[in-house]
Amino acid sequence: MNQYFYPRSELRATIANLPIHAERNSGLSSVREHEKGNSRQSGALALSGISLSFGGVTALSEIDLNIVSGEIRSIIGPNGAGKSSLINIISGVYRPDSGHIRINGHTYQKVPTHQLARLGIARTFQNLALFKGLSVLDNVKISRVHHSRATFLEQITGLGRARREETDSLNRSNAIIDFLDLGDVRHSLAGTLSYGLQKRVELARALVAEPKILLLDEPMAGMTPADKQDLTGFIRAARDQFGTTVVLIEHDIGVVMGLSDRIAVLDYGRKIADGTPAEVRSNQAVIDAYMGIDHEENPTGGSN
Amino acid sequence: MDTVTVRKAPGHWPWIAPLLVLATAYGVIPFIGTSYLFEAILTPFLALSLAGLGLNILTGYAGQLSLGSAAFLAVGAFGAFNFNLRVQGLPLIVSIVLAGISAALIGIVFGLPSLRLKGFYLAISTLAAQFFVQWALTKFGWFSNNSPSGVIDAPPLTIFGISFEGAVGRYLFALTIVTIFTLFAWRFVNTRTGHHFIAVRDNELAAKVIGIPVLRTKLLAFAISSFIIGVAGVLWAFAYLRTVETGGFNLDRSFQIVFIIIIGGLATIRGSFFGAALIVIFPLILSRLGQLFLGDIFNSGVLEMSQRIVLGALIILFLIVEPNGLVSLWDRLRKKPLRLSRIKTIN
Repeated sequence: MNQYFYPRSELRATIANLPIHAERNSGLSSVREHEKGNSRQSGALALSGISLSFGGVTALSEIDLNIVSGEIRSIIGPNGAGKSSLINIISGVYRPDSGHIRINGHTYQKVPTHQLARLGIARTFQNLALFKGLSVLDNVKISRVHHSRATFLEQITGLGRARREETDSLNRSNAIIDFLDLGDVRHSLAGTLSYGLQKRVELARALVAEPKILLLDEPMAGMTPADKQDLTGFIRAARDQFGTTVVLIEHDIGVVMGLSDRIAVLDYGRKIADGTPAEVRSNQAVIDAYMGIDHEENPTGGSN
Repeated sequence: MDTVTVRKAPGHWPWIAPLLVLATAYGVIPFIGTSYLFEAILTPFLALSLAGLGLNILTGYAGQLSLGSAAFLAVGAFGAFNFNLRVQGLPLIVSIVLAGISAALIGIVFGLPSLRLKGFYLAISTLAAQFFVQWALTKFGWFSNNSPSGVIDAPPLTIFGISFEGAVGRYLFALTIVTIFTLFAWRFVNTRTGHHFIAVRDNELAAKVIGIPVLRTKLLAFAISSFIIGVAGVLWAFAYLRTVETGGFNLDRSFQIVFIIIIGGLATIRGSFFGAALIVIFPLILSRLGQLFLGDIFNSGVLEMSQRIVLGALIILFLIVEPNGLVSLWDRLRKKPLRLSRIKTIN
């Protein structure tokens, strides 16, 4: 894990020379076996027959997706394929026209957004969605909201449960901040940070809620290769250390191929492939959909 | 008195400056000030600061724009007047709290549109509060105890047996109440709920997704803000003017309070005081300068017009040059010598 905790400039220099998968299993193996083990069989999240259209334009049609606990599941596809719509349906921002969503044994027509955190789901946004007027620490801390019980009066006076909860969320937030190597900017206003750091703070905010399922909507968009490398490591570490199920939307095929356990491919709102990176890479429909697009880096290496 | 939005962790003793100000306000000013200073400057300054503080919690921290502040001032003033008048033996402090609660309840009612409306649309809907309250207070004579002119007179200010009479007494009365609420606000913006306000302001969807009760947070913002503005209304009526009519709580007053927080600095506690100071002192300076340079031509009519023009220009200037208000100007000025020395050491 140590190689993720260098100062950024050093990290960038070091990582620029590394092959993509060099960091793959470098010490990130402290998996919480009990968490991963007993939930492998059951699906953490299942979509069935999800369709969505905007004013007659079909965004998603008849999508079935079964996400297993503890896996890193990527959803890829060309622009406009419906990837973000899918995340927005899982997080209750959109209501699907038909189909339903099953989360930890509960079935929903529309996921109740305000209960998302209680259901154990956290997400990041494609465009930055931090609270700019709060410090990094406060941005992270605030995500412990569903663990707080203190009344208004207790908060104002700083007595009773308020103090205990404050200490608890402070400790947990600091741990996550250190984990994501954000210690230097702990007290900076979130709005003043660089794009890459803000993305990382968003990840910290999502992780501190201790989600069972983490939805990441293009976490690498607009990042430098060095930033991407950092974040890839953090995502895998999050899964390995906290047993979090990860649903990842990403355009960078190299990142996706290296990071994912399984990949679902969308094209024009339909699921055209679903399987391990190796299976997906050799799938003719996927090759067709990506023809002419996939020229940046040659996806290498399979997955477990 | 640093708030959550202040850039960097404050110095070692962030409370030392406010404590010094407070010590001066209680220990020095009452002995050296003239009654003109108390009656024309300090008491209205305190009342407007408190109103600015209230609006700043709603607009600066929670991001809900309101143009109805004067309505809540009026509810506070007339509420306290009526509780005091109609409930025999009710201590003044209880009247004030009840007036604040009345303002908070009306604030919640007029805050309901915020659940669906944002920005300009919300601002327009808060105008409803402005017009409705002013209309109701004028229309129903009961509120002003059927006084033919619609004017109400303030009761004597006595709390816990201490009588706050005279210019200095009323100043101390206002100062004490403002101090209590400033302390509350300063605590509040650093609590979890205070952070919820900022989260809802900065990104409502993200706030909802992480589990912040957005609707409850917005209504709470309206309630707390209106409560504080209501109490500011009591100060305005009882400590400053002593006799008030509904006409004094018009849209101009609402805008004045919006100006205070914009000029002073949104989402800062100090900003409300900076802004109120400017709004109160500025006309006096303008009037003195006008008299000095223009003599008799500069009568009250010209003064009022020039006040508006200069104030308007000032606001435009502020929005362009210093959108974060007097507070950030102040902080920059304070840090400047520091920054220069740092550059020197680097070189």
